[in-house]
Amino acid sequence: MTISEHLPALVVVLPLMAAPACVMLRHPFAAWLVASGTSWLCLLMSALLLRQVADHGAFSYQLGNWAAPWGIEYRIDMASAFILVIVSAIAAVVSLYARASVAHEIEQSRQYLFHALFVVCLSGLLGIAITGDAFNLFVFLEISSLSTYAMVALGRDRRALTAAMRYLVLGTVGATFYVIGVGLAYMMTGTLNMADLAARLPAVIHTSTAQAGLAFLVIGIGLKMAAFPLHFWLPDAYAHAPSAASAFLAGTATKVAVYAFLRMVVGVFGATGILAVAAMADMLMVVAVLGMVVGSAVAIWQTDIRRALAYSSVAQIGYVLLGISLLTEAGLAAGIVHLFNHAVMKSALFLALGSVFLRLGSVRIADLAGIGRRMPLSMAAFLVAGLSMIGVPLTVGFVSKWYLVEAILHKGLWPVAVLVLLSSLLAVVYVWRVVEVMWFAKPSALALTAVEAPLSMLVPTWMLAGAAVWFGVDATGTMAVARAAAAVLMTGVGQ
Amino acid sequence: MEVPGLFNYWMVVVLMMAGLYTVIARGNLVKKIVGLNVFQISVFVLYITMGKITGGTAPILGGGLALYSNPLPHVLILTAIVVGVATTALGLALIVRIREAYGTIEEDEILDMERGET
Amino acid sequence: MTPQTLILLALAIPVACIGPVLLARRRPDLREAFSLLAGIATFACVLLLYGMVAAGERPELVLGEMLPGLPLVLRIEPLGMLFALIASGLWPVTTLYAIGYMRGHHEKNQTRFYAFFALAISCALGIAFSGNMLTLFVFYEALTIGTFPLVTHAGTKAAKRAGRVYLGILLGTSVCFLLLAIVWTWTIAGTLDFVPGGILAGKVADWAVAPLLALYVFGIGKAALMPFHRWLPAAMVAPTPVSALLHAVAVVKAGVFTVLKVTVHIFGLDLLNAGGGVPWLAGAAGFTIIAASLVAMSKDNLKARLAYSTISQLSYVVLGAMILAPLSVMGASIHIAAHAFGKITLFFAAGAVMVASHKTEISQMAGIGRRMPWTMGAFAVGALSMIGLPPTAGFVSKWYVLNGAVESGHMAAVGVVIVSTLLNAAYFLPIIHSAFFGEEKHDGDHRNDHGEAPLPAVAALVITATATVAFFVAPDWAIGLGGDLVGRAR
Repeated sequence: MTISEHLPALVVVLPLMAAPACVMLRHPFAAWLVASGTSWLCLLMSALLLRQVADHGAFSYQLGNWAAPWGIEYRIDMASAFILVIVSAIAAVVSLYARASVAHEIEQSRQYLFHALFVVCLSGLLGIAITGDAFNLFVFLEISSLSTYAMVALGRDRRALTAAMRYLVLGTVGATFYVIGVGLAYMMTGTLNMADLAARLPAVIHTSTAQAGLAFLVIGIGLKMAAFPLHFWLPDAYAHAPSAASAFLAGTATKVAVYAFLRMVVGVFGATGILAVAAMADMLMVVAVLGMVVGSAVAIWQTDIRRALAYSSVAQIGYVLLGISLLTEAGLAAGIVHLFNHAVMKSALFLALGSVFLRLGSVRIADLAGIGRRMPLSMAAFLVAGLSMIGVPLTVGFVSKWYLVEAILHKGLWPVAVLVLLSSLLAVVYVWRVVEVMWFAKPSALALTAVEAPLSMLVPTWMLAGAAVWFGVDATGTMAVARAAAAVLMTGVGQ
Repeated sequence: MEVPGLFNYWMVVVLMMAGLYTVIARGNLVKKIVGLNVFQISVFVLYITMGKITGGTAPILGGGLALYSNPLPHVLILTAIVVGVATTALGLALIVRIREAYGTIEEDEILDMERGET
Repeated sequence: MTPQTLILLALAIPVACIGPVLLARRRPDLREAFSLLAGIATFACVLLLYGMVAAGERPELVLGEMLPGLPLVLRIEPLGMLFALIASGLWPVTTLYAIGYMRGHHEKNQTRFYAFFALAISCALGIAFSGNMLTLFVFYEALTIGTFPLVTHAGTKAAKRAGRVYLGILLGTSVCFLLLAIVWTWTIAGTLDFVPGGILAGKVADWAVAPLLALYVFGIGKAALMPFHRWLPAAMVAPTPVSALLHAVAVVKAGVFTVLKVTVHIFGLDLLNAGGGVPWLAGAAGFTIIAASLVAMSKDNLKARLAYSTISQLSYVVLGAMILAPLSVMGASIHIAAHAFGKITLFFAAGAVMVASHKTEISQMAGIGRRMPWTMGAFAVGALSMIGLPPTAGFVSKWYVLNGAVESGHMAAVGVVIVSTLLNAAYFLPIIHSAFFGEEKHDGDHRNDHGEAPLPAVAALVITATATVAFFVAPDWAIGLGGDLVGRAR
């Protein structure tokens, strides 16, 4: 066996092994080197896996050579490979940024811990994406969550601790709900393998046990992905975590939870037809639209820009869920492509803000007056990513909006389409409010002290901002992958 | 003693609700973590119960036994217990840090202090 | 040079000149020389392209595939050519004017001004050359955002508030209505190409035609159809060259150009006529023409009056399009050009008065014609063009619109045009009269010992005034392009 055959295992195991290495090295720079190197290796492996899927179709990896459905199966298809690439790409870029940012925000003696937690979290997120086993997914979910709680707690001021605590309580409740849901499904089917579950569930879906299982799954994953109204942990966590952690989590954590939702709820339970029968899809749509509108509206009123962006994330998850709730391939593709698009632009925004925090020690909107003149390159990246949030053409935000509206119109849901566009106008308000202060206000006394961010932070920020334009100008590639991924997930639903 | 058929499941529900209630209703962070534990344990019980088959023995190869309990849920719960322990440890560690930073572990007092900071 | 190269050059030269302009920020003469040169070069490219288009060629350039099945395409057809000629031709003239105005007015951030101005021109040309609706939308939104720094140029509270109105209305309408309409069209037709005769015929349900067209017409906020016109008066806080070229020519014309484009190349006149047209949209345009004229009459601030006059004049184009007669559509397209010359002259004059005497209100301008004869003379020419009197450009386009309306029996439209002509006369002629024959007032704030504005500014407004008259004498090129649009033989 060559090493390439073990890529599916390696992509998860490598970051997991890198964590103890970071802890043993203890030296901040050495730990960062390991973490960053690992992230880039993971990106390489994920890209190879995506290519393999694109060339030869989906394939399985039997962990420890135990055949599915008894052993744990890693299943790599278009959907999981796409998520792998998204997560590892964001991780790789953020890891570059993390060195300078972490060195500034976290005391010297704890910096190696951040890097260790970072790779553990990466390992968990990649594991969720790649596994084909419902219980294994729970384990990875908790690996990523536990490391996330700790990462958030490394934030600068003491509110990070309470934010982490709140996140821990709600996150654990969510994960436990998920386990209950899986347990109930297991009770009825005797299997934990997702493909196997999807095959066996239709026969038992009429039982209240299976239906209760679905309900627990939806709530559990809903908590993890901060779907409205289960989002209360998110704004605090993103606002108080270290900048690099905010950027990483904003781009990956909720996305991967959405992927778990896609796999378990649409992929596994979708085959039973219950989503349409039990008005699940309709409920999901209502929740999605509410999240989209309320999230954006609340974002407008925040004085801390990171909180505004966090609420905007709640709204963006609403867009994705809306796409899913259409239960069509086009809707699903729109949702999936938005996972990627939103990850890129939101992480870029958080990275740009992290640079501001590095120089100003604040991200309150009043302190940012005129910062555009002092840090033109960082703030230009913020502007680009912000325009993408609004959905200006030639940015990824526009691509998402276009396909979401198209999918909605195909179903003839006019009012929903109008709501989507209206809520994107709310994004104009909360983005432009910041842009106006940054670029068109007289510099505040604090802003006058600032200078441009160091290159090690500028380059990653622009990598993502550049990607937000690149994939907005030519969306053929991302859309092709998203459509293929949607097709995989829809096979069960069979529209 | 013959145990009523669904006794375990009823206990699961009771534990689950008690745990969840504690998480929601208690302001003391340590009590919250305890509640979280109880909540998780109810799930452990759920899994273990579903693996048990009336009259079944331990699943050991050899000995010609036809009826044995399903070992898989038990194995799963071993993993889940590990996760639970890790969560509890992390939660308690956070509480220690919170106590150091705020001087209290009562949620409403912490909230009052935070309100003053923004 | 191949037409493809020329298209690229026309779009790229304005953008490319931003670099030298920024580099030369400490040397104003050099900076403005770059701007002027770029303007002339761009216009030359467009002129060369005009030769090809007039000869019947339709050069096309595919920029790349943006969304699967939806490329970014540039393709030049007569209407786009007309718009491009106006926008690029008036750019160097406006630059000339700006040299006098910006220096005379001691504006700050002049480098930023020239840079974003060039960007806006490139976007306007992109709109003119767009080969499908997606490409047009891309440039349309870019134009909105690119002109924001120009609107808020002064940096004052009032400017910022105006900027918010500007961005809010233009982005709001384009995202909520226009984008919705475009995606709807895409789901119905499976293409967004601009095709003579339209792409929707036979594909769209009868009931959907009117709401879809309404989404387009109101979604194109740059056309300033009431009630989405507020951004235009708000944008008047910008320096006068911006008001003159962008908010009398490039940006607003981009709006009505898009309306025409959608009417002719997305729907097609046949489809709309078959359904009996959408009379209430024509009514909305008619209402805007009259109402905006009435509002203009009540404004004492000269730029505000000109802004409302622009709103009114823009709706001529929308009205011409909504009458759906080939002649009126042709008239509407000619009006895009005709109105441009007159209105830019008026704005130039208003700015020149502001620079020379610091007067902004009409009531202050009594007798000013004697001190600034060239300026006010040009103003008079522009005003005549607005009213639609010979020997000015406005007469030509109004003639065609009226002819189309009469031919197709739209008597209400004829009435609107006549009433608005009277209204135009009522709010322009008194200005001219008092400027030349009024008694100068002496108030403490303004000195009356000024002469003409700086030479470049006066030169520019004389050029545009001359062009306004020249258009009346030789309108063949515009009539030819307008005729091509509706398929009339040259």
